[in-house]
Amino acid sequence: MENHLLSIVTFLPIFGAVVIALVPREKLNWIRWGAAAITGLQLILAIWILKVFDFSTPEVQLVEHYAWIPDFNIEFFMGIDGLSAPMVLLTALLSFLAVFTSWNIEKAQKGYFALFLLLDAGMMGVFVSLDFFLFYIFWEVMLLPMYFLIGIWGGPQREYAAIKFFLYTLFGSVLLLLGMLALYFISEPHTFNMLILAEQSSQFGKGLLLGMNAGKVIFILLFVGFAIKVPIFPFHTWLPLAHVEAPTAISVILAGVLLKMGTYGFLRISFPILKEAAIWFALPLAILGLINIIYGAMAALAQRDLKKMVAYSSVSHMGFVLLGMAALTPAGMNGAVFQMFNHGTISAMLFMLVGVVYDRAHHRDIEGFGGIAKVVPIYAGVTAMAFFAGLGLPGFSGFISEALCFIGAFPVFTWITIFATLGIVLNAGYFLWAYQRIFMGELNSKYENLEEINNRELFALIPLAIITFFLGVYPTPMLNLMSSSLNHLVEVVKSAGMVAGL
Amino acid sequence: MNLNQIVTDLSYFLPELILTAVLLMVIIFDLFQKAETSIRAGYLAIGGLALVTLALFGQDVSAPQGIFSNMLAVDGFGRYFKVVVSVGAMLVMWMSLNSNELKNRRVGEYYVLILVLVLGMFFLVSATHLLSIYISLEMVSIMSYLLSGYLKEQMRSNEASIKYVVFGAFSSGILLYGFSLLYGLTGSASIFEIQAALSAGAISPVLLLLILVMVLVGFGYKIAAVPFHFWTPDVYEGAPAPITAFLSVAPKAAGFAIIIRFFNVAFSSSGNPNMEAWSALENMNWQAVIGLMSVLSMTVGNVIALQQSNIKRMLAYSSIAHAGYMLLGVVVADQTGISAILYYAAIYMLMNLGAFFVAIHVKNAFDTEEIEDYQGLGYKAPVLGVIMAIFMFSLTGLPPTGGFVAKFYLFRALIEYGDLYFWLALIGLVNGVISLYYYMRVVKAMYFGKMEIPETVHNAPLNITILLVILAVPLLFAWMVGDPLSAYTQDAVHFFIN
Repeated sequence: MENHLLSIVTFLPIFGAVVIALVPREKLNWIRWGAAAITGLQLILAIWILKVFDFSTPEVQLVEHYAWIPDFNIEFFMGIDGLSAPMVLLTALLSFLAVFTSWNIEKAQKGYFALFLLLDAGMMGVFVSLDFFLFYIFWEVMLLPMYFLIGIWGGPQREYAAIKFFLYTLFGSVLLLLGMLALYFISEPHTFNMLILAEQSSQFGKGLLLGMNAGKVIFILLFVGFAIKVPIFPFHTWLPLAHVEAPTAISVILAGVLLKMGTYGFLRISFPILKEAAIWFALPLAILGLINIIYGAMAALAQRDLKKMVAYSSVSHMGFVLLGMAALTPAGMNGAVFQMFNHGTISAMLFMLVGVVYDRAHHRDIEGFGGIAKVVPIYAGVTAMAFFAGLGLPGFSGFISEALCFIGAFPVFTWITIFATLGIVLNAGYFLWAYQRIFMGELNSKYENLEEINNRELFALIPLAIITFFLGVYPTPMLNLMSSSLNHLVEVVKSAGMVAGL
Repeated sequence: MNLNQIVTDLSYFLPELILTAVLLMVIIFDLFQKAETSIRAGYLAIGGLALVTLALFGQDVSAPQGIFSNMLAVDGFGRYFKVVVSVGAMLVMWMSLNSNELKNRRVGEYYVLILVLVLGMFFLVSATHLLSIYISLEMVSIMSYLLSGYLKEQMRSNEASIKYVVFGAFSSGILLYGFSLLYGLTGSASIFEIQAALSAGAISPVLLLLILVMVLVGFGYKIAAVPFHFWTPDVYEGAPAPITAFLSVAPKAAGFAIIIRFFNVAFSSSGNPNMEAWSALENMNWQAVIGLMSVLSMTVGNVIALQQSNIKRMLAYSSIAHAGYMLLGVVVADQTGISAILYYAAIYMLMNLGAFFVAIHVKNAFDTEEIEDYQGLGYKAPVLGVIMAIFMFSLTGLPPTGGFVAKFYLFRALIEYGDLYFWLALIGLVNGVISLYYYMRVVKAMYFGKMEIPETVHNAPLNITILLVILAVPLLFAWMVGDPLSAYTQDAVHFFIN
């Protein structure tokens, strides 16, 4: 069974979706608990994977490798290393917790949970695939359930948000497909195997495509594909809309897992396969990271809708990831991936908390509350913690990863890093200002009887809070998990650059 | 040519002979039926076509043959399209049995006309002589005119037929003029001899370009490529819906067959499409012209489809765009390109027929063709909704559906060719994104918006459901282990060469 752990963890939710589709729609509890059981089992499997995972080597592990479409040398190739392991854990964890956040979905619960599980399978598949074609299939498969989940169960503007999300990401995907095929035909023998493609890295810089350096053209194609997902300015306009319109649990998944796929794509595909182009593009990437940090934070500052504010904070936080990875230093790289994980847990908490208050007050206008800490002290306490984690207060995991990104980037992009630290101040600004307006001051009389956060909601939040706190105090286990793979990645990219004389 | 030769050739002609016998039988059978029972002719026709399809599979095409003084070719390529066309015809007849438009009228000759149309396409896909090309093209066209005007008392059906005739007559006239120039210049009407004469050189490039344009007018109209597409939306909207479905698939596939055969033999440098790759005649860069046609078809088809509110018109414009995608494969004159078109033609048949059939059933059951009125269909008729969604995703080309695999093979062929066609691939893929918007409008109408779970769900009659499942299931599993259709299409790229 250990040999097939990755397929099991990926395809288990599909099995679950089929089972749920067969349950009669009146049996609401069966459906919910079924989804919880499947994702719970998936989480246990993910933890098991980490247990058998040997983090001392950068090798890919738990490999499953079969021929799939031999005519085109397409393989069914799965495996994980220190880069994907944290993402597998994050996906399983957030999927499980998001089931509880979805408890009160009001309509067509059966369809909702079936699609949710399909989405889960797609996300997991992306993180464990080592064949580019397989990766692409999972990447696309994820879009369909997402489209329905936003479009059917979302807020008032859901139809527009869903199609906008779909169009943007599909546009990114087709560029990805082009880049993928170009890589396939330049490699010799033709292959989609990411590890072999990475070995042939030097080939891609030599050829010409559209009259330009093939490696750079392909890098740009893949870059746009991934950038839309991250999202990197100026490809971010789908994000605030989709995040705001999606139901709470789906916002959690969007922010917690989907955004990570873009940066994961850079690190899994663009960097190791197109090493020279990655070095060539490092500075633009760092600048884009800076724009994300500052622009995201400024936009968040200007929002009155709490959910929109959290959505823009994601744009800002993903900027740190970009800055860290662009630096191509061990500290920056570890910081970037650690930040991916931390943003996953922290933004998930933030969206859950927004959902909690929205369920009760039926609006999210920051100005429309006031003084509610008196009525809902526990909720206020948990929110305070999540906001502090979000603004990167020492003692929470976000602080460590942002600091690592800065430490890694400072020697390489000194001025950019200096400006980027402004982002921290702005982050603190909008989080604290929002907190103040919602929880402090005069109690808004409308909310004298606001209901306190309930146990189910706390159940989804507390594990995340514990992780955030624990990794903030003692980040070593997570850093150990990923460092050997990431240091290796930095090393190979750098040495390829040396050879090419960059 | 002596009689013995003709008798030997007839043995390669078995499927066509059976088809002719079937259609004669249906005519005679229909004579003994009253109007109410004339639908039985349909069952007979479907059974007959099944027999023809079996005969096609039984045919030995391992050694390609030219029959009747090389008027027609019997080869793997032709057989593939014959199978596609006759399977398509069977599916359409099956759906016609359920059509409300055709209820309460004599339908015997309707099925006969479809059979003749099929016979015409059998000739067209195997024609290797200007005469056989022209005659079979006319046979296909005239049957199409008749069928699109089948609803005699409806103005729109009449309009469809007349528009079709006018456009058709005009373009086949131009085609004939082009053919006459070709014959005059080369002294032969066999596409092989034409190739030999043209490649010997000494013909003015201007004249060659003129011929190219004239031939493209004739063929382009058959596949409804821009700028020869103006008849499409009106004909598709006015014709009986099953015929629209058929026209959007089968004659289009047959048109592609003749384009591929004609261009890659008569207008190619080698005259031998059985090689790995070849190129266009010197002085006649048809690859560039077809590339341009392809870009125009994709873009115009998709952009206009965005604004349609009637599902038949939307599918009509989208079929123009799909012709554009398939033309991409023609541009790459090599075996991968051609097998990609073959693959696309089969998948396109499944998904487009499927989408039309759902539209037909919705029209039967809810009396509407407006996309707006599909509101809540996903809840009113859950099975129908899911199946329609599969067709829409597949038409867009999203994994894991067959539409994606088909597009993947096409773009793979383009990119393999190298730098030259990278832009074409980019334009094609971006067009796929545009098409997402209008296909998703159907899905959006079916599922988004106000949701009310009705008391009783609507289920299509069992035989329609089975038909739709037959169409949808291969789309979901096309990409699974091994992909048998892909292997079959690669085998089918095997031409008769004189």
